[in-house]
Amino acid sequence: MFGKLRGHRFLFEELVKRDFKKKYKRTILGMGWSMLSPLLMLLVMKLVFEQFFGRSVGHYTTYLFCGLLFFNWFAESTNAGMRSLFGNASIFSKVNVPKYLFLFSANVQVLINFVLTLCVFFVFCAIDRVDFTWRFLLLVYPVSTMLLFCIGVGMVLSALFIFFRDIDYLWAVALQLLMYGSAIFYTTEKFSPDMQLAFSFNPVYRHIAYVREIVLAGTVPSLGTHLALLGFAVAAFLAGAFMYKRYNTTFLYYV
Amino acid sequence: MSEPKIMLSCRDVSIRYRVGDFKNIGLKEWVMRRLTGRYKVVDFWADRNVSFDIRQGDMLGIVGTNGAGKSTLLKVVSGIMEPTKGRVARNGRIAALLELSSGFDGDMTVKENTYLRGAMLGYTRDFMDATYGSIIEFAELGEFEDRPFKQLSSGMKSRLAFSIASLVRPEILILDEVLAVGDGAFRKKSEARMREIIKGGATTILVSHSIPQVRSMCNKVLWLDKGRQVAFSGDVKGVCDCYEEYLKGAGAAEYKPVAANG
Repeated sequence: MFGKLRGHRFLFEELVKRDFKKKYKRTILGMGWSMLSPLLMLLVMKLVFEQFFGRSVGHYTTYLFCGLLFFNWFAESTNAGMRSLFGNASIFSKVNVPKYLFLFSANVQVLINFVLTLCVFFVFCAIDRVDFTWRFLLLVYPVSTMLLFCIGVGMVLSALFIFFRDIDYLWAVALQLLMYGSAIFYTTEKFSPDMQLAFSFNPVYRHIAYVREIVLAGTVPSLGTHLALLGFAVAAFLAGAFMYKRYNTTFLYYV
Repeated sequence: MSEPKIMLSCRDVSIRYRVGDFKNIGLKEWVMRRLTGRYKVVDFWADRNVSFDIRQGDMLGIVGTNGAGKSTLLKVVSGIMEPTKGRVARNGRIAALLELSSGFDGDMTVKENTYLRGAMLGYTRDFMDATYGSIIEFAELGEFEDRPFKQLSSGMKSRLAFSIASLVRPEILILDEVLAVGDGAFRKKSEARMREIIKGGATTILVSHSIPQVRSMCNKVLWLDKGRQVAFSGDVKGVCDCYEEYLKGAGAAEYKPVAANG
């Protein structure tokens, strides 16, 4: 697959360029706009929830930002990914190109955005007087697994989107649920053991928790956590790859 | 004298195509139809037992009325679809231009679209950098380079599409209704370009409703009718004669060789 990707490097670059130009055309704020949205959400959540949770959680702004950073990435990536295949139907129904290129291109787009927001995040950490330790380097790990996870979920969604055009409404609802279920603005400590267990099956929450442990607690997460993140990512990726392989020549009938 | 090598070979290719109510329905609609038993999907054979070989330098014309299975066959040849039965063997790089002027992005400029199309056809950036000038020149779009693609007329769009496809020198070139576009002058120019490509050793498949064009350019012809292979022959004149008779309603869809010279 990656050898094939190298063969299509020029096409991939052109697709990334196209997605980039199309997204930021006609917007004065351009990239700033897409970074503004998590920051505004951060502001609103801080104003609303700090009264309730701020006292029990130290560095509440950073705590919130960790959650929003990863949740927004996931939401943006899956939303863009979901439409990436259908949006390029006029290309793949006429030229034989690997279909995952479109999804990858959409993810490059979102990843750039994420990295920029991550830089802002570090600035906020500094303002919030969080101790920067060598453990911050470990953040590469959840970022990598999250990227793989996003691509996997994106593959599944983009395939489903070809078959059922109303999947985007369902996904919007699912994302909403996920937002409330990922402990972005609250803590999970006071929940019952059953609920704790339920949280541990939420991939987005696990990623957020990993980041918080590094940034706020300054400790290295357990081996189990590492394996869980990897497990989620690989499972999602395999599911996506399976759908793309199975329906590779079937998509055509539906567009 | 040894014959040129076989570039593309189709053996008993049959393609089942699926039509029905499944397009553009949402999950909700799908569940409802499944429950009420109104979900109908019909499979039909778009092509049945089509076999042909083309060799290096050949120009194959595919003729047939609408719905004969020409475009579906080309999709299989270019690898976009898999044949349901049978086998396709390709022996070289294929550039397929199906329904040519679609697949461009209206909001991007002519230059951006040219590069994207070149990339889709599998060429490198260096190659596109080197050829870009002559593509634009051939398409006569020099002054439109930085205009959004949607501002071009449909003739200009097809001219650009043809220029990109023909200048990039693929080993196998598939042209679907391409030469039927553009004004008279451009059509002459593009036919001349096609002859040049064939002389350069490329193998070409041409789908056309213009019989005179097939007669003058092709050395082999494949006639499809409702998915059935009526004829595949080097006797272009004979097949075209029969096909024209059939179009006039005078003959059945069959080919009777006049002389056995193949």
